[in-house]
Amino acid sequence: MNTRVIGERIKRSEDPRLLAGKGVYVDDIHLLGMAHGAVLRSPHAKARILGIDTSRALALPGVLAVITAADLGHANSPMPLLFLDRGFIFPRTHRALAIDQVRFHGEAIAFVVAESRYIAEDALELIDVAYQTSQAAVDLVEASRSGAPLVHDDTDSNIACRTVTEYGDLASAFANASFVLREELRPERGCAQPMETRGAVADFDARTGKLTLWDSTQAPIPTRGILAEKLQMAEADITVIAPDVGGGFGVKIMLLYAEEVLVPFAARLLKRPVKWIEDRHEHFIGSNHERLMVHDVEVAVMDDGRITALKDVFLYDSGAYCPYGPVNAECCQGILPGPYKIPNIYTEYVAVYTNTPIVSPYRGAGQPHAVFVMETIMNRIATRLELDVAEVRRRNLVTPADCPWNAGVVFQGNSPLIHRDCDYPAQFHLLLDSLGYQAFREQQAKARANGIYKGVGLAFYVEGTGIASYEGVEVCVEPTGFVRVTTGYPSQGQGHATTISQIVAEELGVDMSNIVFQQGNSDQFAWGGATFASRGTVIGGTAAVRATRKVRERALAMASDMLEVSPIDLEIVSGVVRVKGVHQMCTDLKTLSLAAAMPGLETGDEPGLRATGFFRPVGGTFSSGVHAMIVDVDLGTGVVTIDRHVVVHDCGLMINPTIVEGQIFGGTAQGIGGAHYEKLWFSPTGELLTTGFADYIMPTAMEIPFIEIHHLDRASSLNPLGVKGVGEGGAIPVPAAFAGAVEDALAPLGVSISAVPLTAPMILEHIRKAQKKLVGQTA
Amino acid sequence: MLHDTFIVSTKINERVVTATVEARVSLSDFIRHEAGLTGTHVGCEHGFCGSCTVLMDGEPVRACLLFAVQAEGRSVETVESLGTEEKLHPLQTAFWEHHGLQCGFCTPGILMTLRAYLEAKPDPSADEIREALAGNLCRCTGYQQMIKATEAAAKTLRENNGGAAA
Ligand code: FES
Ligand code: FES
Repeated sequence: MNTRVIGERIKRSEDPRLLAGKGVYVDDIHLLGMAHGAVLRSPHAKARILGIDTSRALALPGVLAVITAADLGHANSPMPLLFLDRGFIFPRTHRALAIDQVRFHGEAIAFVVAESRYIAEDALELIDVAYQTSQAAVDLVEASRSGAPLVHDDTDSNIACRTVTEYGDLASAFANASFVLREELRPERGCAQPMETRGAVADFDARTGKLTLWDSTQAPIPTRGILAEKLQMAEADITVIAPDVGGGFGVKIMLLYAEEVLVPFAARLLKRPVKWIEDRHEHFIGSNHERLMVHDVEVAVMDDGRITALKDVFLYDSGAYCPYGPVNAECCQGILPGPYKIPNIYTEYVAVYTNTPIVSPYRGAGQPHAVFVMETIMNRIATRLELDVAEVRRRNLVTPADCPWNAGVVFQGNSPLIHRDCDYPAQFHLLLDSLGYQAFREQQAKARANGIYKGVGLAFYVEGTGIASYEGVEVCVEPTGFVRVTTGYPSQGQGHATTISQIVAEELGVDMSNIVFQQGNSDQFAWGGATFASRGTVIGGTAAVRATRKVRERALAMASDMLEVSPIDLEIVSGVVRVKGVHQMCTDLKTLSLAAAMPGLETGDEPGLRATGFFRPVGGTFSSGVHAMIVDVDLGTGVVTIDRHVVVHDCGLMINPTIVEGQIFGGTAQGIGGAHYEKLWFSPTGELLTTGFADYIMPTAMEIPFIEIHHLDRASSLNPLGVKGVGEGGAIPVPAAFAGAVEDALAPLGVSISAVPLTAPMILEHIRKAQKKLVGQTA
Repeated sequence: MLHDTFIVSTKINERVVTATVEARVSLSDFIRHEAGLTGTHVGCEHGFCGSCTVLMDGEPVRACLLFAVQAEGRSVETVESLGTEEKLHPLQTAFWEHHGLQCGFCTPGILMTLRAYLEAKPDPSADEIREALAGNLCRCTGYQQMIKATEAAAKTLRENNGGAAA
């Protein structure tokens, strides 16, 4: 019988090429006669453009074109609004190049194309722009007030969107509560920073009128659609290819970034291939950010620690435009209660324009914020009731007996959060057990007596995954015997070539080595969305199952005619279709494929042993888990050492556990970055101050601890593979766990944490303040 | 000054590459554009991420921080010198087996850093490997599987060298 392929730790098929330095990232594409672009970006957060003089730049030898808004015509029309929100007041999207006004430091103003990147950058310095600066709206809270400087003059406030969701009866829950807690909580601004920046290469073939764009994007198919509209071309004349992409984490879907219009526009204009590669400084100011919110949370609590109502009104920093709608805020409210049973919930999110770079999802998309809110509240309840933090959580968890449990909130893609196929108490038990929670509490007390400040932080999460719309996969047994598997959505390191091939190999009965996987090329597969929201395996995987099953059925039907046996007596092993128990009665997929490609094939079927499968889920899936961190805080410096980090997670059945673990390790490390190191700082006038790796500190191997993972997978009942998605879960609970651990370590000082990240200097400030207060009390 | 051109001859992976370049051209651009070896990646051009790490006369250097003219007459090794897809170097094999890479963008720089490191220190502890990698950023992996891979590679390399473990 078939050996199992799904669920096995199979080595990735993409790796040998990448390891040998043979990856083809966008900067590795080199075309004959290629010119190079560079973008002039606004140095101001808010200014009127009084004039642009490009003459000096144009006079520089080697400069081919200097493109400004006036040259673009329809290509500079506003970008589409990707997500509508019922609460929208003033949706405003960006254009490729700013007209008359700039609204954030980094906004694109002009595009230079020259014979080399060196010359293009020289030319940027020769463009003379006259600016009239004015007061920028920088601080989120201030920008939200009436009378604040307006980001868009044609609106009467900076409020882009205000959306209320209500479930249950809040008034009576608050009236009957034993007590009410209220907190202001702030997750601060950060960004994804994939190691490969963005970039694009475009080639316009004047002979055929066809345009090809190689783009470091997570979304080649929608990019093609929008680009076609901007350039007023048929989609049929445009090919968008996502080659090897060096990490995405959300930032590589914008639809579109300025350069995704400018580079192909210039290539068509100049009839020469054009390349533009973002540098790291540009990536900080010119690519999207994430994270900043200010939550005003109130909970109604009974004296046993159970929460009966939750009210969360929060401001969401949208940046200067909102092409994404307030999608992070929507995702935040969509999992806000996490795994906890809260019968009455009110959320209100207010998306606010500020004169800062645009905000769009970064690994977790608003969900780390939600977890930070809920888990901090759990800690506050424990403090208030003098209960153990684990006990308070236990009392509030949804249990398997409650399932399916409708949490009352709705995640992105019209996905109500319904708890099913999960066991949170079991996760918690496994976590506390692996951690040795009780033993730690004893050690902690001893350590404290010796002046050593250790703490534990706990954070549950529920992650919305696998949301609409659809994806598709084509499976084709070539007449060569190779099995070609094609998807539209690309990889940025997730290993789709391996996991999707594992699914096809097992479902069809072929060897992995016979599969040729291709993805991310709009000509090879033209329908689908993008790689985001941990949906590749849930949606693409299910589409692969559907396509493969159709191919298998067809192969069995053909073989059954050929061998004159019933299809149920046949099996497919390593591409050989044979009669069960009579293995010499056989044919193979290659032969069947040839037969299916023959003219005069009698079946009346379409030619080819191939099929396409699509999957469009109704609502999303949800994965979940719980993290614990044990930290040691140095009172003299605020430096935190992470002693242990334990993860229990449930992403449904695993196609490839090694890849799953890779996603969790990587996500957790990004979470640690966002919890302890990474914050974007702006000047009071809105210039971004953190514009390189010297200022924006990302964790190295020295800062990331050994991470211990425990799988507790429960199959999802929502798709044939039983999968739930795993891309973001690692990152989501980490800031909350870290904040909780630091707070617990510093409990003897009475420190309470209400913002992340918490850098060592910030922690030191908390310590100093608390110490002063203690001295004041004893004096 | 910066626009003055120079003829630079550098031995890159057993092949001498000669080209006329401006003084300001970085070694990473020289490797990528003049030698056509695109395995060396450029992640920051500021010397922070380590993606561009290559060996110059056997020592790991950041190719983005050097000018091509500084490599005149020197010998440079890039990731392409390690192993081929068909015949991977033990470091590459170990990274494959332990899932030490995801998007693969940081990987060439990391492999070159480790290659030099393991020659100098054939039997490092996990903590020492973390320290050796402290100059290389990876945004995908969280480093753990990479460290496992390095331990495994070190073991193989020691065995290949006659089991003379320190
Ligand atoms: S590109 Fe050289 S260190 Fe980052
Ligand atoms: S594998 Fe993607 S940055 Fe390291």
